[in-house]
Amino acid sequence: MTEYRKILKNNIWLENPVIVQILGICSTLAVTNNLRNTFIMTIGVTLVTALSNFTISAMRNLIPRKVRMITQVLVISFYVIMVDIVLRAYVPDVSKALGPYVGLIITNCIIMGRAEAFAQANTPIISFWDGFTAGLGYMFVLVVVAFFRELLGFGTIFGIQVLPSTFSKWTSMVMPPSAFFVLATFLWIVRGMQIREEIKQVSGGEKK
Amino acid sequence: MMYPDINPFVLFFASIFTSNILLTNFLGMCSFISISKDIKSSNGLGIAVTLVTTITTALNWLLEKYVIIPLELGYLRYIIYIIVIAAVVQVLEMVIDRVSPNLYMVLGIFLPLITVNCAILGVALFMQLRNYSFIQSVFFGLGSGIGWWLAIVLLAAIRKKTENAPVPAPLKGVGITLITIGIMAMAFIGFAGMINVR
Repeated sequence: MTEYRKILKNNIWLENPVIVQILGICSTLAVTNNLRNTFIMTIGVTLVTALSNFTISAMRNLIPRKVRMITQVLVISFYVIMVDIVLRAYVPDVSKALGPYVGLIITNCIIMGRAEAFAQANTPIISFWDGFTAGLGYMFVLVVVAFFRELLGFGTIFGIQVLPSTFSKWTSMVMPPSAFFVLATFLWIVRGMQIREEIKQVSGGEKK
Repeated sequence: MMYPDINPFVLFFASIFTSNILLTNFLGMCSFISISKDIKSSNGLGIAVTLVTTITTALNWLLEKYVIIPLELGYLRYIIYIIVIAAVVQVLEMVIDRVSPNLYMVLGIFLPLITVNCAILGVALFMQLRNYSFIQSVFFGLGSGIGWWLAIVLLAAIRKKTENAPVPAPLKGVGITLITIGIMAMAFIGFAGMINVR
């Protein structure tokens, strides 16, 4: 059980795929000016990561090393197509707004990264958990970024007006450049906290 | 089917400047951030991306028109696109190795990376969504590749300067790079009034 908790903590905080490993940035920036789209997108990514990790891990002894990459890509695209079909059927407006970014989940480096780094060497169940938590780590960052962009850019949260109408909206928050600034600020805060934690651990160890 | 009425040359310049694939659509960010530490490799990767994007966009357009639509294989689109990209990368690698070992030395290590570069799949998907004609697609692919190339070389040059700058510790590396890209993106938005294509 402890191993599962360790993976959870690693993937969400210590080795967060977006903030520490800088993977999957493309979609992080592109879809985050609207919370609802972000939420649906991240659920899709989490499912694809978890399921493809599970599948790749189950097949890991059957795949020859040489065709490993292309097999992984095919497994991932299979799940992405399923996500795409489901989105189109149940939430067509979100599917339209996300446009090519649903298809681009295939090239989201987080999924390939987890498949390569974890699923290749572990059993299916724990790989599923690893993929799932990596997806949650991704979701955590995206939802925070989207929250601020939507709040400041439109004055809404999930499309519901929160700030008074006298609040002058920051149009720049909706535009592409702000995505970089918001993510950089978030990264700044998180890295700052992590560095402080590290220093505390090191100095605490010295005292003993 | 109706194609959008845009002059291919306008599309070409628009995809370099006003709707730069990297700075407005955020495609190909992973390799953009990790490779831009050094101008030489940025340049190599830029050339490789431009080549592959142009070729795959053209091929995917042909496949879309003559295979996917007539046979109603829309649900296999992503798989077909990604296989085409992987195959083109593989063939290109072999051809370059044969024809010009020098160029292979420069591009060799970058080519496999390109298969999972979102810019290339992204350009193909945009081309399909916006329903471009063949000529438009080729110019769009070429322009997007050049736009990507331009952006990565610019960023590499700026990063060289920020390397020695006193940056707060938590912002070092990726943080300051993201802010730099943000400022670059703002600068590119300045071009927006020049050409208007959507």
